[in-house]
Amino acid sequence: MASGLVWSGRMPPSPDPSGLTQEILLRAYASVLRARALDDRRFVLNRAGKLAFIISPRGHEVAQVAAITALEPGRDRFCLYYRNFAAALACGFTPEELMLSAFARAADPSSGGRQTPGNFGSRRRGVVIGSSTVGPQIPKAAGIGLALKWKGEGALCYVSFGEGATSQGDFHEGVNFAALHRCPVIFFCENNHWAISVPQELQVAGPGVAERAAGYGIPGTRVAGDDFFAVHAAVAEAARRARAGEGPSLIEAQVYRLQSHSTDDDQRAYRDPVELANEAGKDPIPKMRQDLIARGWLTDEVDEQLRREVGEEVDRATEAAEAAPEPDASTLTRHVYADA
Amino acid sequence: MPERTLVQAVRDALFEEMARDPRVCVLGEDVGRKGGVFKATEGLQKQFGPERVLDTPLAESSIAGVAQGLALEGFIPVAEMQFADYSFPAFNQIVNEIAKVRYRSNGDFSCPLVIRAPTGGGVRGALYHSQSVEAFYAHVPGLKVVLPSTPADAKGLLKASIRDPDPVIFLEPKKLYRAVRAEMAEGEAALLPLGQAAVARRGEHLTAITYGYLRAVTIEAAERLAAEDISVEVIDLRTLRPWDMETCAHSVEKTGRLAVIYEANRTGGFGAEVAAELAERCFASLDAPVTRIASPDVPAMPFSPALEHAFMLNPDRVAEGLRRVARY
Repeated sequence: MASGLVWSGRMPPSPDPSGLTQEILLRAYASVLRARALDDRRFVLNRAGKLAFIISPRGHEVAQVAAITALEPGRDRFCLYYRNFAAALACGFTPEELMLSAFARAADPSSGGRQTPGNFGSRRRGVVIGSSTVGPQIPKAAGIGLALKWKGEGALCYVSFGEGATSQGDFHEGVNFAALHRCPVIFFCENNHWAISVPQELQVAGPGVAERAAGYGIPGTRVAGDDFFAVHAAVAEAARRARAGEGPSLIEAQVYRLQSHSTDDDQRAYRDPVELANEAGKDPIPKMRQDLIARGWLTDEVDEQLRREVGEEVDRATEAAEAAPEPDASTLTRHVYADA
Repeated sequence: MPERTLVQAVRDALFEEMARDPRVCVLGEDVGRKGGVFKATEGLQKQFGPERVLDTPLAESSIAGVAQGLALEGFIPVAEMQFADYSFPAFNQIVNEIAKVRYRSNGDFSCPLVIRAPTGGGVRGALYHSQSVEAFYAHVPGLKVVLPSTPADAKGLLKASIRDPDPVIFLEPKKLYRAVRAEMAEGEAALLPLGQAAVARRGEHLTAITYGYLRAVTIEAAERLAAEDISVEVIDLRTLRPWDMETCAHSVEKTGRLAVIYEANRTGGFGAEVAAELAERCFASLDAPVTRIASPDVPAMPFSPALEHAFMLNPDRVAEGLRRVARY
């Protein structure tokens, strides 16, 4: 970013991958590939008129999967936001489930076809049902964190959002509350510098989001969102603090939005073509691949095999979801209240 | 049985439910140390501790948001909005989040909680401590809305709201907080079901449906009309969503005349919904136009006593409205 208002410093070198095994890393890498392959397929299906609306995680996948990999799905709670497609996969959603949601099918586990895809929810996985306004999950996460603190079982609540959400009062109210009561919450901001068409320099006063943590007396960390190991280490440290009763942390992952805001948006209409071309070269997936190869955890052969397997998964998921039944019209009035 | 005011009845309901169920907790501005600006939570923090009776920051959206988080984790929060007028910063949390949790998750999640707020005017509260907000929330599927008018109803309905599996907006007419004392039951005997209206006065010629502070006003107006040989049946809705259409329709079919009396401004008030529904349902029984007796369409109740008096319905105004319907 060119503006002097936006943080433009250098990131520290990538940390040691302590505690990470090859198995964990390859599983994470497969989630990243899966998210991208599913997203590619969703765009094809959207352009073919089969899917109404998509919000792409393109450019955010590595940061999202790295964060979730540092946590414990099944034990922790996750308040995700609409761009968290890769995070949802890392939390345990299957490709078929996410395709069922994209096609608004009855078997969509998040909402049975009621919400737009991107509002993830699954009680058994600890993924708290999302919604489509910006930021309300942040004070909700503070309340979940308070409950988890009272229960004292060492679980934490992870809540994610974009930098646009940090302009909402709910961001400040939620972080303030969690900090006051030392709630076990991780506030994870995926800063892609654009809230639809509004750039960070018209959104965030001061150098960035991480600095805001200081006002609430909690740690604020900025990490390169394309560095799996940096994001993982930051979230792991925030998780350690949360589980030890030391309270919440704020992490700002710097990412790039390699797609328009949604399938109803075209960022070429309001963004500088040179900047867009420059960002297209900052895809985090080739970088993760290189990092894994450089550290000896991945070979070209394994990479090809993973991509082939993921491609087949996407084919199967698409076929199954497209063939799955739509919600029955008679279910429209169900689940308004407990007794209906 | 002890005699209690309405605000004491609220406090008793909270005390009994907290003692009965360790999941019940209270949060809001000034609810702990001070015991609430109206003393509705007095003594609770001393009894149950500063976590279960939590003084929150002055930020209503997060009061509702945190309450929702607690409810999603299995606690039963009773959040206080200090005045109903102050619930609007929490409107998104209440309407878009809390009310829709069950629906948007296709029944996977639920959010049982209570949001209490003092409502209505007539206490020199002016524009921002007098508003009647019930229509905003009663419009929202997924919410229940309760608005009691007697100490026993307040206690019984609050206890039932805390035990309800769905989110309840519980509005307390602040003008009635200390207006009367009444004997009331304790424990399970105090419980009252949501969704049931009360026939507050039997009558033959005209049905007057109301709720909240105007129950007593409407009964007084009805007594005046009795001297003119007009017999008015007064129904107190008590729960606005879901409201008791059966009891109301039964009365209108008997009397053939209906007036709906409410303190909110006339246009789009909850009484407009009652009037429309009963006009549709009881059309063949009606001998007079269904009539609303409501407050004027000004943004809120002014501070000046003269202007406040001009705004508020009173027995004279209600009696005049009822008389018109009776004589049509």
